[in-house]
Amino acid sequence: MGEAIVVTSGKGGVGKTTTSANIGTALALLGKKVCLVDTDIGLRNLDVVMGLENRIIYDLIDVAEGRCRLNQALVKDKRFDELYMLPAAQTKDKHAVTAEQVKDIILELKKDHEYVIIDCPAGIEQGFKNAIAGADQAIVVTTPEHAAVRDADRIIGLLESSHISSPKLIVNRIRANMVKSGDMLEIEDILQVLNIDLIGIVPDDESVIKAANSGEPTVMNPDSRAAIAYRNIARRILGDTVPLMLLDQKKGMFTRFKKFFGMG
Amino acid sequence: MTVKPNHVTIKGIKDGLVFLLDDKCELGTLLEELRYKLEHSHQNILTGPIIHVDVKLGTRIVSDDQKESILDILRQKGNLLIRSVEMPDSEPAADPLKSLTTMCGIVRSGQVLHHEGNLMFLGDVNPGGTIACTGDIFILGSLRGMAHAGLEGNEEAVIAASYLAPTQLRIAEVISRPPDEWENRETSMEFAFLSDGKMQIDKISNILRMRPDFIAFKGV
Repeated sequence: MGEAIVVTSGKGGVGKTTTSANIGTALALLGKKVCLVDTDIGLRNLDVVMGLENRIIYDLIDVAEGRCRLNQALVKDKRFDELYMLPAAQTKDKHAVTAEQVKDIILELKKDHEYVIIDCPAGIEQGFKNAIAGADQAIVVTTPEHAAVRDADRIIGLLESSHISSPKLIVNRIRANMVKSGDMLEIEDILQVLNIDLIGIVPDDESVIKAANSGEPTVMNPDSRAAIAYRNIARRILGDTVPLMLLDQKKGMFTRFKKFFGMG
Repeated sequence: MTVKPNHVTIKGIKDGLVFLLDDKCELGTLLEELRYKLEHSHQNILTGPIIHVDVKLGTRIVSDDQKESILDILRQKGNLLIRSVEMPDSEPAADPLKSLTTMCGIVRSGQVLHHEGNLMFLGDVNPGGTIACTGDIFILGSLRGMAHAGLEGNEEAVIAASYLAPTQLRIAEVISRPPDEWENRETSMEFAFLSDGKMQIDKISNILRMRPDFIAFKGV
């Protein structure tokens, strides 16, 4: 039986889909059998980020409504044999499926996959409830902005009052120079408010945008600092102890050492 | 004046009987005397047609079980119909002005912690979170959200926090946004109170000036 991890944030645009795609790919890179599930029904884009859009035949709604078997709807990744994606429907909305149906699908997927990564839609309504229904664990993504932290706090509160007890935090899109000049929230400040375990920090990196547009997850590119950050997160999910990435690039020796470690 | 152990007084009123039960003696003694009076000394008066009974317990605090044991004795007499029981509203522990409830956790964005009475909260109140009490609020942790003390209009209520950096403070009907100069204060535990209808902030050690009803430690 595998583990289902929901990637959520409350606020939109903080990088849930990118994080889901990259963590999923990084886990596959580490030899795990992974399935990505897009629960953002009506606004699917995990398939675009993964570059698998043109391979979709059936979607989550088709499975829920019994038009196809689960295996028929799974899209196999073009890079890894053990990486699959269950796309969301683009034509329906969040109410086309119930939390119970999603839960059953996730349960089915957990039988065949070591990790099921669920990409959650923004918001706290039905879509969010669907996404967390089948999850065993949660990763909350936030960016170093007050608005994102506020929404993350709300989401953590909702997660804690659901069956998911201890969500983990990813702080995404950190700009070291802005943090240094005091224009960006520090990670310490974020942690003080949210008070949950940090599972990784991801520096802001242009290669992420480039990668998302070309349908190739950043994590495939070993030169990108964001890629190393995602690989580190995947290793922490597997239970390894990996030190946090140092944001200050000037500490050259350390960074190189980290880089070496991260790619390990 | 005769001093005799008369804890149960039975009075007749127009449409029934009033049982005045002493509130100072032990409950056991009271029950015994009540039972004795009903079964022996006043047996004659208390048999016959149905009589309405009012029971008055004075200031005695009784649990539900204890109350039942008193009423059970009365019910044994088939003709006594209990119409009302007069007793203090609630136990002293529930007196909201005197007791302090302790709770812990994190009040996160969108969550509201509502409490009747005074509250000691161990943990943080995050931005977007609300803590609201009819009495005082003491937070051992950071107050970054909203706190409302004296919900039902108690202007004497105070709000104290280890780290007082709220988005808004309310005491009774007064609403205050933390002025900017709050930001650069030394980080000592502080409390907010109303003085002439205006919100003020002071060091926690000065709380006695505002609340002389608190038990003060004076040393030797």
